[in-house]
Amino acid sequence: MADSPSGKVVERKRHSTVVGFLIRLVKEKPLGTVGGIITLLLLLTGIFADFLAPYPYHKLLGDTLAVPSAQYWMGTDFMGRDLLSRVIFGARISVIVGLVATTLAALVATSIGIVSGYIGGKFDLLVQRSVDAVMCLPHLILLIFVISIIGPGLWQVIIVLGVLWGIGGSRIVRSATISIKENVYVEAAKAIGCPTTRILTRHILPNIMAPIIVWASTVVPGVILVEASLSFLGFGIPPPTPSWGSMLSGSARKNMFLSQWPIIWPGLALATVVYGVNMFGDAVRDILDPRMRGGTGRYGAKARKEAKVKK
Amino acid sequence: MRNYIIRRLLLMIPTLFIVSLVIFLLIRLIPGSIVDAMIGQQEAISGGGIQVDRATVEKALGLDVPMLTQYGRWMGGIIMHGDLGNSLWRDTSVLEELAARWPVTVELGLLGLIIGQLIALPIGVYSALRQDTWGDYVSRSFAIACIAIPGFWVGTLIVVFPSLWWGYSPPLILIPFTEDPIGNLQMFILPAIVLGMAMAGETMRMTRTMMLEVLRQDYIRTAWAKGLRERVVVVRHALKNALIPVITIVGLWMPVMIGGTVIIEQIFNLPGVGRLFLDATLLRDYPVVSGVAFVFGFGMVFINLIVDITYGFLDPRVHYR
Repeated sequence: MADSPSGKVVERKRHSTVVGFLIRLVKEKPLGTVGGIITLLLLLTGIFADFLAPYPYHKLLGDTLAVPSAQYWMGTDFMGRDLLSRVIFGARISVIVGLVATTLAALVATSIGIVSGYIGGKFDLLVQRSVDAVMCLPHLILLIFVISIIGPGLWQVIIVLGVLWGIGGSRIVRSATISIKENVYVEAAKAIGCPTTRILTRHILPNIMAPIIVWASTVVPGVILVEASLSFLGFGIPPPTPSWGSMLSGSARKNMFLSQWPIIWPGLALATVVYGVNMFGDAVRDILDPRMRGGTGRYGAKARKEAKVKK
Repeated sequence: MRNYIIRRLLLMIPTLFIVSLVIFLLIRLIPGSIVDAMIGQQEAISGGGIQVDRATVEKALGLDVPMLTQYGRWMGGIIMHGDLGNSLWRDTSVLEELAARWPVTVELGLLGLIIGQLIALPIGVYSALRQDTWGDYVSRSFAIACIAIPGFWVGTLIVVFPSLWWGYSPPLILIPFTEDPIGNLQMFILPAIVLGMAMAGETMRMTRTMMLEVLRQDYIRTAWAKGLRERVVVVRHALKNALIPVITIVGLWMPVMIGGTVIIEQIFNLPGVGRLFLDATLLRDYPVVSGVAFVFGFGMVFINLIVDITYGFLDPRVHYR
């Protein structure tokens, strides 16, 4: 930033942070912008599913396995339910899982990581070995195992996904905490007799928020995809609630040679959303984190041009 | 090197101990109602032919003795005779079930890994060498598509559309590699591609990023200045150095891939360990479930060791002490 023309800096200061961020997103990250639009559409679809869906998701319309038409934009499934409506309500499940499970994961990761990193010593060693052990079981295996014990359902899935991703993310929070706690201001806080809880929440937490947010942005598409996988295997959200994963299994799968529309749409929706959220998250990370600059994408091209000029 | 491997093998013991504890405690979390459900389910399956009483089930699950004894019994069985317990409903031991099925999963996993890397590395390198060209954009979009498209969806489409269009359907009965290698590979190639896809996307991105970084290093300029051919510069000087973080990514993605075998085996009807796990879970056959979970954990710890040893082959600066 030091060598950028001063006019640009002044121009940037005129905007609020959000507007400035959006301008940079559109200018520098076209794919990220597309991802952002997909993410926004997903959010709106999830929130306003009741208004957007032409039919209730469980209503039997009489026409079974209809092909897409003006009446049923995506066709109907084996039971004669409108696929478009089911895909729209499926978006709501993805939004809920993506947001709530990620928030829970962030809470779990922060509490485990910050305490483990700050206390250190034998406690830290014990916690870290336990985290290693949980992480060395393949996620899907552990998830199926736990869901089979506590039973399927939206909230069960959210809690299990949130806790598991939280345990994994605690490593990132821990290493951030360890690097922060050596700072002099933490020492000073200790010296003036700050209680530990205050040090953790007021001195360390604000300083490790950046890596937590960056990590959380990668969790969202991950949990959406894994919820769909679990529902596909029958360990996620039970029917008749339409989850994109469960829409691909069950009767749609049994009749997949009769009609392909029921297995095409939910997968397409899922792939688009995971793509969009991934791209948006990547772009946001690149823009927010100056260390990520250089090396890849458009920044790479810029760096190369600068290098050529210097030569 | 040998000392390092021995030390790592010894370090596996505490990790596996905690893994076994996690699995054990999960089984203990089974509420009493599940035992009733298991009994009901079993009687329903056998059509009332088999009368199962609560005590039998609790004994088979090992719920009839104090917890510490239960754990000691389970762990003792594993350590002393490699015994993982017996299936609740079938007249076999978990070990027998595993023995029949592990080759399928290992073959699927290995093929997935190999095919994934065979796709990912060349495209990643190409993408870095032609940075910001159309080829690069197409490769990068392909990489992200690989990550975003769910394997279970592609798998389903691969089962459906070829059979509709060309009347091709994957064989339903397992062909052993020893009997018909080509038939066996034909059977595994599509599932393996689907399984390796997500990891390939991630590896492609990492390869590209690392290659871009390495290609700007001074020693690459030196290599060019010496008049080396492009192939030598790219493969021997650049790629070898770029691969180390790529191996890390591969290591991080292994659990995802191993978990993915459960889905892929289900879709393509392959009788592997993943299928065993899923079937056992649906039947609530918890000795099998915990046994398979433990073996998966064991496999992962072992794979992590192999990943760490691989660094040494690629990077002469890495010394194992």
